[in-house]
Amino acid sequence: MSILIDKNTRVMTQGMTGKVGQFHTTNCIAYANGANCFVAGVTPNKGGQNFEGVPIYNSVMEAKQQTGATVSVIYVPPPYAAAAIDEAVDADMDLVICITEGIPVHDMIRTRYKMAGKRTLLIGPNCPGLITPDEIKIGIMPGHIHKKGRIGVVSRSGTLTYEAVGQLTALGLGQSSCVGIGGDPINGLKHLDILRLFNEDPETDAVVMVGEIGGSDEEACARWIKDHMTKPVVGFIAGITAPAGKRMGHAGAIISGGQGGADTKLAVMEECGIHITRNPAEMGRVMQRVLKG
Amino acid sequence: MKIHEYQGKEILRQFGVPTPRGVACFSVEEAVAAALHLGGAIWVVKAQIHAGGRGKGGGVKVARSLDEVRTAAEQILGMHLVTHQTGADGQIVKRLLIEEGAQIAREYYLGMVVDRDTQRVALLASSEGGMEVEEVAKNTPEKIHTLRIDPVAGLLDHEAAQVARQIGIPEASVAGAVTVLQGLYRAFVAKEAMLAEINPLVLTEDGRVIALDAKFNFDSNALFRHPEIVAYRDLDEEDPAEIEASKFDLSYISLDGDIACLVNGAGLAMATMDIIKLYGGNPANFLDVGGGATREKVTEAFKLMLKNPNLKAILVNIFGGIMKCDVIAGGIVDAVREVNLSVPLVVRLEGTNVELGKKILADSGLPIISGADMADAAQKVVAAARGA
Repeated sequence: MSILIDKNTRVMTQGMTGKVGQFHTTNCIAYANGANCFVAGVTPNKGGQNFEGVPIYNSVMEAKQQTGATVSVIYVPPPYAAAAIDEAVDADMDLVICITEGIPVHDMIRTRYKMAGKRTLLIGPNCPGLITPDEIKIGIMPGHIHKKGRIGVVSRSGTLTYEAVGQLTALGLGQSSCVGIGGDPINGLKHLDILRLFNEDPETDAVVMVGEIGGSDEEACARWIKDHMTKPVVGFIAGITAPAGKRMGHAGAIISGGQGGADTKLAVMEECGIHITRNPAEMGRVMQRVLKG
Repeated sequence: MKIHEYQGKEILRQFGVPTPRGVACFSVEEAVAAALHLGGAIWVVKAQIHAGGRGKGGGVKVARSLDEVRTAAEQILGMHLVTHQTGADGQIVKRLLIEEGAQIAREYYLGMVVDRDTQRVALLASSEGGMEVEEVAKNTPEKIHTLRIDPVAGLLDHEAAQVARQIGIPEASVAGAVTVLQGLYRAFVAKEAMLAEINPLVLTEDGRVIALDAKFNFDSNALFRHPEIVAYRDLDEEDPAEIEASKFDLSYISLDGDIACLVNGAGLAMATMDIIKLYGGNPANFLDVGGGATREKVTEAFKLMLKNPNLKAILVNIFGGIMKCDVIAGGIVDAVREVNLSVPLVVRLEGTNVELGKKILADSGLPIISGADMADAAQKVVAAARGA
């Protein structure tokens, strides 16, 4: 098992015909069961065409009705990406993964408001996507660094997730699922939501949780872990050396009003029983030690 | 993107928020002429820089005659204004705002932010005006009143009135405060701000509620549809290295250390700074070359890092996903040859096409130190910086 996606998931790609969408769709199709999983693309006014044999539809609703896809991944450019999420939510998709970076925050406030009361889950935006190794990859991560196994990974960052995965794989620790929840201040699923899913997944034994400066999601997640999590969690927070008031690349990575600093997050995480490390090169080894007890 | 106080007040006035009458000036003569034009017997001469804390740093002066306006303008224009937000070197003042004086009865704090937890715009208001809101939040959090605004309904009349009463605005002036609160909210949404502050918001002796200061920070991801905000950009207020970086779509932030780093991905870039520090070094910058870095981008990134006079060593940390290690290795070799590298360079490559990338570096004959993993690379660059 895994969380959110597996080899039976059927996916449509919004923005498949753009340069980015084409590149990553090709890679996703080539990974594991991807050729069976990626069943549709959506680009307005290009319905009836196809890309690498994947049929293109004009709308999400049409693609869903024709192919049975229940998950959508979005590569639409930033000015139109929030509207693409809206369309997928209105089509009652199970899960929407928005890769796009640079969506205006006020667009996301409106989109998230519209999602209230709907059952659609959102991952991202500004995220690498998610992968269940040897089954399916939805997003932009390099598939080959992953190995099937029993460690869950959740992170706000792309390459730092790859770093964590790379360390785990090098130590022979495979992954059940790896989820990039994205670096934007207004997003969908948070650390806490993903930890809850990993906790319920019988094939996940432990979780690596990677956070960064900005907001207080990691603290909220840590408090939940303390009360509910039955599996060990290893944690790292990027940005101990980041100055206050500066946006560190990600729109959401900013220490403001005295809040969102890495030290505060790490302190709360440690208090809540998370096995923290301040060394990003040690995430894998700390997990290895924790598993050996 | 930040703007100046006088620009923020222009925006506020467009949304019906009263402010003192004022004129932006670039010279002492303009300042005196502005005071004459405004009339009255009392003026405030205010340094226009993007950092807060200007008053404490000597950047705001009250003048009671045109001569005093001249003296204040002479003192403030061109000064290195040091505040808790500028760093030790301060910021050179190149613009002034000359305003009519206000008869202040009371001061309040008004702020607006995008609240991540509730995913709404939050209004923050306090009876403690003029103070650092962080201090108020820390010492007397009960004095800060927070209201999360419904994105569709907006800030309702009675909600705004309640906030006004909570912070102690007299009943006769509540209607005036509602105008300010609702105007600020409409400006915040229309111009797509991330943060706005009116600190202080003042009650005048004749019962009016006006914005004595204005601070805005706009969502850079939304600027494509706000040319009027982009027109407010003042490059003098930004770090030259960060401006240069933005031309090449590099995400760069200057820090005060001596080990530069070039990384792909924001999270890994922060983690790279952290690990340099962990092994006893000091990072000189944050630099994310992004997912689609080309040889040209890598070369520009090297030029940028080398402009730092304190530079002692460079660490390149790449986890290739979309970005192939052989491409980045080619870029590094080209860049090193082009810029005549004068400091030790440590490179750690991992991910897609890593063997090919390492071979390109090794075959180049350049004195590049290879890091086996992130820890090894960080230790090597710290050692190299100490030896340099």
